[in-house]
Amino acid sequence: MPDLGAYAVEVISAYAVSLALLAALVIFSVWRGKRVKRALEDAEARLRNG
Amino acid sequence: MASVWEFANPRKFMAVSDRALPWLFTLAGAALAIGLVWGFFFTPDDFRQGSTVKIIYLHVPSAMMAINAWIMMLLASLIWIVRRHHVSALAAKAAAPIGVTFTVIALATGAIWGQPMWGTWWAWDPRLTSFLILFLFYLGYMALWQAIEDPDTAADLTSVLCLVGSVFAVISRYALIFWNQGLHQGATLSLDKEENIADVFYFPLLVCIAGFVLLFIALVFYRTRTEIRARRLYAIGLKERMV
Repeated sequence: MPDLGAYAVEVISAYAVSLALLAALVIFSVWRGKRVKRALEDAEARLRNG
Repeated sequence: MASVWEFANPRKFMAVSDRALPWLFTLAGAALAIGLVWGFFFTPDDFRQGSTVKIIYLHVPSAMMAINAWIMMLLASLIWIVRRHHVSALAAKAAAPIGVTFTVIALATGAIWGQPMWGTWWAWDPRLTSFLILFLFYLGYMALWQAIEDPDTAADLTSVLCLVGSVFAVISRYALIFWNQGLHQGATLSLDKEENIADVFYFPLLVCIAGFVLLFIALVFYRTRTEIRARRLYAIGLKERMV
């Protein structure tokens, strides 16, 4: 860990907030992507089976 | 050589993006990991700003991409308005949550950086204010997509909103030149060697910028695929209701 001196709280909180937001964006995108893909597969199966 | 308009075909877009996505996510992850570790652990403190200079590796790329995401949405919206390609409208819709996240990161890291350097979290400075307005435009754009049930009408109206918001995207980028006042410093990157930041900060910053650009492209591809599927799901739902 580098010596961040008097600004350690600011630097670490900037990294924590940013990485948390990026992680949330990726996780939400993948979660919604999988949910929509599953729903479409179900709907297409219903369509095929009349 | 393949025409770019081939990607207006959803099947073609799905096939190409399916092949590209693993590479894009891998490259984005690698560039972000290398750039952020390099910047955080292996760069010195700035003689004036101390260790807060390390915030630059998040603040500058996120601010750049917040504006560039809106420019990409503008181009996609123009393609929708002129050529009525559904994939372009859905790509613009897919990019908005990514752009707003980058805007929030830029605003948050800017406030955290500004507090020790300027003595305040926030100032009604031209760049900060235009960025806040850009953030509100992002929220309005996403809300408009959600508020209108018919996808084509939603695409039309959000495209118009995107054109209007582009004024603020441009102002965000050039606010310092237009007004030449406020707390925010001038451009971090410059072709002029004298004005550009020192190489020791510049190279890890370039890697971080590449990481943010690649992550943006990867997420736009991924989320556009989701929107194409959601659109198909909507069409099947309409068909089922009519039977």
